[in-house]
Amino acid sequence: MAIVGAGPAGISAACLLAEKGAKTIVLKRGEYPGAKNISGGVLYGHDLAQILPDYEKRSCPIERNIVESRIGYLSRDGGYSLAYRDKIFADERKHNVFTVGRAKFDRWFAEQARGKGALVACGTVVTDLLRDSNQRIVGVQTDRPDGDLRAHVVLLADGINSPLAAKTGFRPELKPHQVSLAVKEVIELPEEQIRERFNVGPEDGVTTEIVGEVTQGMDGVAVIYTNRRSLSLCIGANLSSFSRQKVRPYEMMESFKAHPLVAPLIRGGKSTEYMAHWLAEGGYDAIPRLSGDGFLIAGDSAMLFNALHREGSNLAMTSGRFAAEAVLEALQKRDFSQSGLQGYLSRLENSYIFKDLKKYRRFGRFLHTHPELFTTLPELAGLAAREMLTVNGVPKKEKQKMIFREFRTGFSLLRFLRLMWDGWRSVR
Amino acid sequence: MKIEDKLFLDRFRVHDESHLRIIDGALCRDQCPDQPCLYICPANVYRLEKDHIGVAYEGCLECGSCRIGCPHLNIEWRFPRGGYGISHKFG
Repeated sequence: MAIVGAGPAGISAACLLAEKGAKTIVLKRGEYPGAKNISGGVLYGHDLAQILPDYEKRSCPIERNIVESRIGYLSRDGGYSLAYRDKIFADERKHNVFTVGRAKFDRWFAEQARGKGALVACGTVVTDLLRDSNQRIVGVQTDRPDGDLRAHVVLLADGINSPLAAKTGFRPELKPHQVSLAVKEVIELPEEQIRERFNVGPEDGVTTEIVGEVTQGMDGVAVIYTNRRSLSLCIGANLSSFSRQKVRPYEMMESFKAHPLVAPLIRGGKSTEYMAHWLAEGGYDAIPRLSGDGFLIAGDSAMLFNALHREGSNLAMTSGRFAAEAVLEALQKRDFSQSGLQGYLSRLENSYIFKDLKKYRRFGRFLHTHPELFTTLPELAGLAAREMLTVNGVPKKEKQKMIFREFRTGFSLLRFLRLMWDGWRSVR
Repeated sequence: MKIEDKLFLDRFRVHDESHLRIIDGALCRDQCPDQPCLYICPANVYRLEKDHIGVAYEGCLECGSCRIGCPHLNIEWRFPRGGYGISHKFG
């Protein structure tokens, strides 16, 4: 069994396969597992526990356990925020969500797979797949000398930016509107300051997801996640919007950092790393063909991403697990054809992965076709709050009239209703 | 904070040979008025120099945006050789 990529999908599959005695090799182009990997930075205990039930005892490098989730809707100079904190996430449901640094986590995760008997080969780029005369996949070609490697099944878990998937025709090359481009900055702060600024205990943390004018009119999102001694700031938008609006991602990050609701959180911090990555847009309808004779595709390579709930690493782990289970069945039957591997698709179909992605299949399009969500609406929402909160002797009724007037010039009632209706339909 | 300073924070192992290549420079000059590579690249790899677009591949963050964002698909894009390119410290 050859696995391309040492991220959550590839390593999850490797753990389970090696545990059952299947000969497994993971090929990884980076210097060490995690060297090329990045995410906003949250993982999910439930999906990890299905791979390693005792992950907490294996000194999994958890940054902070998330006890509070915040949502922000920001205008240019202000914004609304909504937070939900619950004791249960510190107690019985601890590690429901936690933050990680992927360089550390993926390295640790790969170590667990090694411990179970999988071989993890770093510094190896897979350049093509090997096929037999019937076009069945029978292995991989790498950039090492004598780099051909034969395998019964190849699992592509090489992430969203996969020139290999495009080259081999498994996934057509992506179009700019099918991905979001996000940049990330890690900003170091003393532990006590993180605790004070986010009002959390030594092990607890907060996630913040932000939409609004911070993405400069483009459909996108920003996040702030707390790590042990740093904050992860990410901001991104649809790649086609960057092209159209000629916005530079690093400049957008700088304006985000200067926003009055963000600046106090990072004040005095020291930037230590800057990275970029894609996120899959398009949801269920963007998923390519996921299996064939001798191959499977999992995780980000399979475009498995739930944008509304910012879930991706869990879909990667669980799709990796399903792939491993399907390969184990195929090994028993000695049938590595598409039909021998069909356990993969049936598992995906019956799981939360496909069910959630189907439920939100219209969500990406909703954001893309309603630019007012990132322009007029946050601006007007800001105006309404600002005026109602200003105490200046003007009767509230007059203020209300003025606000309604502004709303009507910015927005027709019909368009507003359309927005509400489309929004509801995209998530119901 | 300027982009140069951001990239300075990262750890790169640079190969002598570029993994990015503009296939046909004339196409950029004559048929691509928008030149989105100059904007969308999060590492400012593509820079307008006198009469051509320069490729500072050393600071590439390996996201792939230029490859699919080029309206003429005029950029040849490979991963850096195994073990080269950016190595995340935190990720």
